[in-house]
Amino acid sequence: MDIASLVLQFGSTAAFLLLSAVGLAVIFGMMGVVNLAHGELIMLGAYGTCLSYSHGLPLAAAMICGVGLATLAGMILEATIIRRLYGRPAESLVVTWAVGLIVSQGTLIILGPSLPSIPTPFGSFVLGTKSFSAYRIVLIAASVLSLLAVHFLLKRTRFGLHARATMQNPEIARAIGIDNAKIYRWTFALGSALAGVTGALYAPTMSIVPTMGGSFIVQAFVTVVTGGGNLLYGTLPAASGLGFIQTALTAAFGNLLGVLGLLAAVIVSAGVLPNGLAYYLSGKRVS
Amino acid sequence: MKSILHLLEGDQTLGRGPRFWCTALVVLVGALVFGGLASSFAVDTASYFLVWVFMALGLALMWGLSGTLSFGQTAFFGLGGYCYAIVATNFGPDNGLTLVALLLSVFLVAVIAAIVGLFMFFGGARGVFVSIITLAISLSLETFLSQTAGPQWKLGSALIGGFNGITSMPPITIPWFGSDYEVTGRAFYYAIVAVLVLTYLALRIVGNSRFGDAMVAVRENPRRAEALGYNVKAVLLAAFVLGSSLAGVSGVAFTTWGLYVSPDTMGLAAAAMPIVWTAVSGKDLTATFIGTILLLALSQTLAIYGSQYAYVALGVVLIASVLTCPEGIVEKAMRLSLSQSGPGNKVRTTSRARWRNA
Repeated sequence: MDIASLVLQFGSTAAFLLLSAVGLAVIFGMMGVVNLAHGELIMLGAYGTCLSYSHGLPLAAAMICGVGLATLAGMILEATIIRRLYGRPAESLVVTWAVGLIVSQGTLIILGPSLPSIPTPFGSFVLGTKSFSAYRIVLIAASVLSLLAVHFLLKRTRFGLHARATMQNPEIARAIGIDNAKIYRWTFALGSALAGVTGALYAPTMSIVPTMGGSFIVQAFVTVVTGGGNLLYGTLPAASGLGFIQTALTAAFGNLLGVLGLLAAVIVSAGVLPNGLAYYLSGKRVS
Repeated sequence: MKSILHLLEGDQTLGRGPRFWCTALVVLVGALVFGGLASSFAVDTASYFLVWVFMALGLALMWGLSGTLSFGQTAFFGLGGYCYAIVATNFGPDNGLTLVALLLSVFLVAVIAAIVGLFMFFGGARGVFVSIITLAISLSLETFLSQTAGPQWKLGSALIGGFNGITSMPPITIPWFGSDYEVTGRAFYYAIVAVLVLTYLALRIVGNSRFGDAMVAVRENPRRAEALGYNVKAVLLAAFVLGSSLAGVSGVAFTTWGLYVSPDTMGLAAAAMPIVWTAVSGKDLTATFIGTILLLALSQTLAIYGSQYAYVALGVVLIASVLTCPEGIVEKAMRLSLSQSGPGNKVRTTSRARWRNA
């Protein structure tokens, strides 16, 4: 395999890790809620995309519908359940797991075991000896763009300022007039929307089944564990590092050792950097 | 000896006094009679329920007392199961070597839990990070084991078997005057009841011992505990190894019960189960014991009668119980009945402190 296709392979793997994790990292990093229904939100994003595409919408518009569906689902989830569980991470784990169970099983009951898949757009190109889908480039670009957009939102806007203040000290933030409940509501919506983006983007590349969330959740948690709660200092380097390890090992020794290497890297990093990369790269736990 | 038995009752466990122990004895006698009279299918089902209780008790101890919420119970469950399957397949059923496989598996789980715990706790991970790290370990192990299909994945004479897992390992076999005695069916049931009763009593003693107090001190305020001279990391590690080893016991017991182990036992759904049992029942040992069996019976009933709605119903039950009764349904019921019977004031004070930091 030549260098160019290796680089592309690495980009795809890192983009997958990044997109899987970014929504989870926002919700975990900002709110301390471990959202086990994250995979199901991604699944809803893909389902929304797929359903509207099969009803004749162009792909881009269908993707926006998918993101909308996941965001809406996340906001309903927050309004009905999550808001009662702030500051109780263990209970929120149990409840979001139950929500994920209901959503994926409910989807299976209502929509059946699978939806017709969406053809991957943009055709393909040949690099060296291998043929690659041009859509991969879109995915890589989208992963970087979504990360930058979230970073901009948190660092450069009034909402981001208030969100970071709430995260660091909710009481003081409230004392100076920031509505904590509103910040939590919109942060959760942001995380859900990012999950929807991931689902919508990967919808044309995967089979659309109710359990598809499961193929993202492992990577999402692995990346968030390695990275910690911060997006730019945690999630990005973690996704790149893990993506690099997995790609290199896969290229050299095959798929299995790639996954094994990922596992080993996570366990080693848990020992060496137990609070995530962000803690050491930025000098504090949160952005 | 007397002072050790004295520790069966204390601030860290619910239930005390003659009334509680008489009820417990009645339940035990009922379980023994059930094992003799019920149909062999019912006995096998009951054994299946009891198999999981070790793992739940381990989590109740770890989470309830030391405050460590581990998602790794299923990883250690699977490790125990796989280890027994591989060792027992290689050793064969003769000469009591399955007992060696059993002990070896639990020991191996304890060693691996100690290594993982050393990395985590001495590396400085706490709280929800421990949960996520252990979850990642469970899920990665599942991914790894699912890929082990094919003849190249072979340890000795045992094929690891990928998604399908390992089947047809020998059950626990005890050499008995020349002819081997297989511990299955009713014998397995009685064996598991005996081990479970001993484990439960031992954990009550551990919970009310000085070590139990140290775990609570660490959970309530690690810095103050450290200032008072407790080795916080060692206490957390010891609780983690103890709880994880119990998950290993469950894994071995499950494998010898069904003569089957597969990566399914480590997926996200499986990894959340012990947490669900413990959270819904309450983190007290007795409450978890009762609640785990009730919840297993409930999910089995739902699976039989609810067909595809079983999971939805299970999820709704969980959400409702966590939102309306955060201290656990069984624990709440026990507290209500215990406060009627007189003692338990002291228990209630500690429990209030417990829930503040849960």
